[in-house]
Amino acid sequence: MSERVVVAMSGGVDSSVAAALLVEQGFEVIGVMLRLWSEADGDLQPRLNPHSATGTPQSSNRCCSVEAIYDAQSVADRLGIPFYVINVEQPFKEQVVDLFVAEYAAGRTPNPCLACNRKIRFGYLLNYARTLGARYLATGHYARVRRDALGRYQLWRGVDRAKDQSYVLSVLGQADLDQVFFPVGEYTKPQVRALAAERGLPTASRVDSQDLCFVADGDYRRFLADHAPEAVQPGPIFDTRGRQLGTHHGLPAYTIGQRSGLGIAAAQPLYVLELDVARNALIVGAADELGRAWLRTGAVNWVAGEPPSGPLRADVQIRYRAHPAPALVTLGADGTAEARFVSPLRDITPGQAAVFYDGEICLGGGIITDAGA
Amino acid sequence: MIYLDHSATTAVDPRVVEAMLPLWTETYGNPSSIYGLGRRAGAALEDARRRIARSLNCQPAELVFTSCGTESDNLAIRGVLLAAAAKGKQHIITAPAEHHAVLHTAADLAEHLDCDVTHVPVDRQGIVDPAAVAAAIRPDTALISIMLANNEVGAIQPVAEIGAIARERGVPFHTDAVQAGGYLPLDVDALNVDLLALSAHKFYGPKGVGLLYIRRGVRLLPVQTGGGQERGRRSGTENVPYIVGMARALEIAHAERESETRRLTALRDRLIGGLTAAIPDITLTGHPTQRLPGHASFLVRGAEAEAMLIALDLAGVAASSGSACATGAPTPSHVLTAMGYSPQEAMGALRLTLGRENTVADVEFVVAKLPEIVARIRGDK
Repeated sequence: MSERVVVAMSGGVDSSVAAALLVEQGFEVIGVMLRLWSEADGDLQPRLNPHSATGTPQSSNRCCSVEAIYDAQSVADRLGIPFYVINVEQPFKEQVVDLFVAEYAAGRTPNPCLACNRKIRFGYLLNYARTLGARYLATGHYARVRRDALGRYQLWRGVDRAKDQSYVLSVLGQADLDQVFFPVGEYTKPQVRALAAERGLPTASRVDSQDLCFVADGDYRRFLADHAPEAVQPGPIFDTRGRQLGTHHGLPAYTIGQRSGLGIAAAQPLYVLELDVARNALIVGAADELGRAWLRTGAVNWVAGEPPSGPLRADVQIRYRAHPAPALVTLGADGTAEARFVSPLRDITPGQAAVFYDGEICLGGGIITDAGA
Repeated sequence: MIYLDHSATTAVDPRVVEAMLPLWTETYGNPSSIYGLGRRAGAALEDARRRIARSLNCQPAELVFTSCGTESDNLAIRGVLLAAAAKGKQHIITAPAEHHAVLHTAADLAEHLDCDVTHVPVDRQGIVDPAAVAAAIRPDTALISIMLANNEVGAIQPVAEIGAIARERGVPFHTDAVQAGGYLPLDVDALNVDLLALSAHKFYGPKGVGLLYIRRGVRLLPVQTGGGQERGRRSGTENVPYIVGMARALEIAHAERESETRRLTALRDRLIGGLTAAIPDITLTGHPTQRLPGHASFLVRGAEAEAMLIALDLAGVAASSGSACATGAPTPSHVLTAMGYSPQEAMGALRLTLGRENTVADVEFVVAKLPEIVARIRGDK
């Protein structure tokens, strides 16, 4: 009796190959697609601002459109496995989208993939897979699971460093890793494409991992203007001495360390230093005012299941595609952490996750709350 | 595979396939043609019409062939309301548990043609009160539309009583009999109906053909105009093979109706009894006895329909939740909502509809398997 695995399929190359590999390894594979959200979709319109100046998006969001379902169903048919679309719109809205909007309104820059992985993919879906009698859940993520000398699970970067998605999987723990497979994490992207081609599967990605899957045209500013117009109001741009230099278009349009698009003529290049939500003000300064030597996080998820016994040296990634920066990580109260960088960074952004690495091993991470010089 | 979704569709009976075969390559003429081949196809068409008319106790000329139940409902409602506009009558009486083919058509007329729609409520068991229908009738009422049996909960409506009231008040009465076809008597005089819709694929005929009975004297304008077939009421070259198939299917269903009703009722009651005994917190929706013979519909507390259906599929059982048309939507069934169930309760809706090929073994399998599935979804150990 082969073991049952549920594979989350998008219709794209990574999850299709993941499913194919598991079928070949003799698992009883069940393909599912999560219906997460529908913008521009008839009956299920999210609450839209009727006065939105930006109008409705031209295309529907990529993640679970009719075309995506068709593509995934075709792959499933080819592999001879059952395929179901599972509706998680309500939980997704409550636990990912609402959080996304609230974070921006609070002056932070969220990465919704973290909440989605924790609550939806490896929360709701993992539980759902269990009720269907599956021992494992597999995805097309580029990451690897290993065990250390003590038998504890470790989360490793994917073989293909450019595609590595361990950052967004930093929310996982021991119980999760015991039940997941990441088949394509053992390969480079070109290798995965070759595996797909050999099997007559699609070789293109369906969703670019960088884009917001639930925003139809990728325009998160329009999305926010539609869902939280109060968070996207123009306000003053100040320098660090409090002089007003101009007007910004709404804080969510700006990110720490950003240089272009400020609309201010100045003697020297100006960079975004801070999003001051209380005053709805954008604080800008010169390049030499940017460096931040430390950051603090909220509660950290340690993949090992418990925090380290003391301070440790780690490489810290402050966003999904950031270069890991060496730092000394110390533990704070209530499971929080502080990272003090060897060299100051210019774009530490509250709301993003600070994820700690020991070489290839992802130790875990927490949401950045603040940073300082 | 154990197929328990006969309300959604049925397999074509081999006897029906056999009846249709000559019409593909031998008697393939266009019934409107003057030559022998056409006349023979026309004869097959009219022979089918006569046979169906016998089952419905109506005149052959009162039958219009369509492509499906939805088209029949559209023709009935749009056709009558379009004709009634001339007399200033634009009011429709219907009920909130009707199939979308009726509800959305009425809503469409309300939006685009300025018709007025009154919904007479259904009770907790999904049944309409004839007195409430009577009370809703106005001088400008053009049509009453109440289904003969409900697709989601199997409830059989008091159509003959409502029809009697409609007749007395001079209001045309339409019934969507799509779910009843093959199971309940369809004598249009006994039912007191003026319009009746049927769909072949619900009674072991092919998908793609249906009919609308239109009592002589009912004023109706066509929806589909063109060459004037079906006495001008539904233009388009007649789908002779499928119509012949539908006639054969209805004949078989009516011939076997009484024995099949007994057999299905016994199986249904065994299924209901077995599941309600084995699964805690499960409710039968609809009426316990005034329901279609093979129809078992439930609400399972604490288990989402989607998860139950997927698990059943993986176990080799085909079943559904609300109507087949509505799956995938996170909104609760409009039928259950009309019956007063909360969205929370409606999430656990499960529909099992038995048919010709089901046996006691099928019922026993489901009675054994479903409790396990529900327990796993509920997280019980």
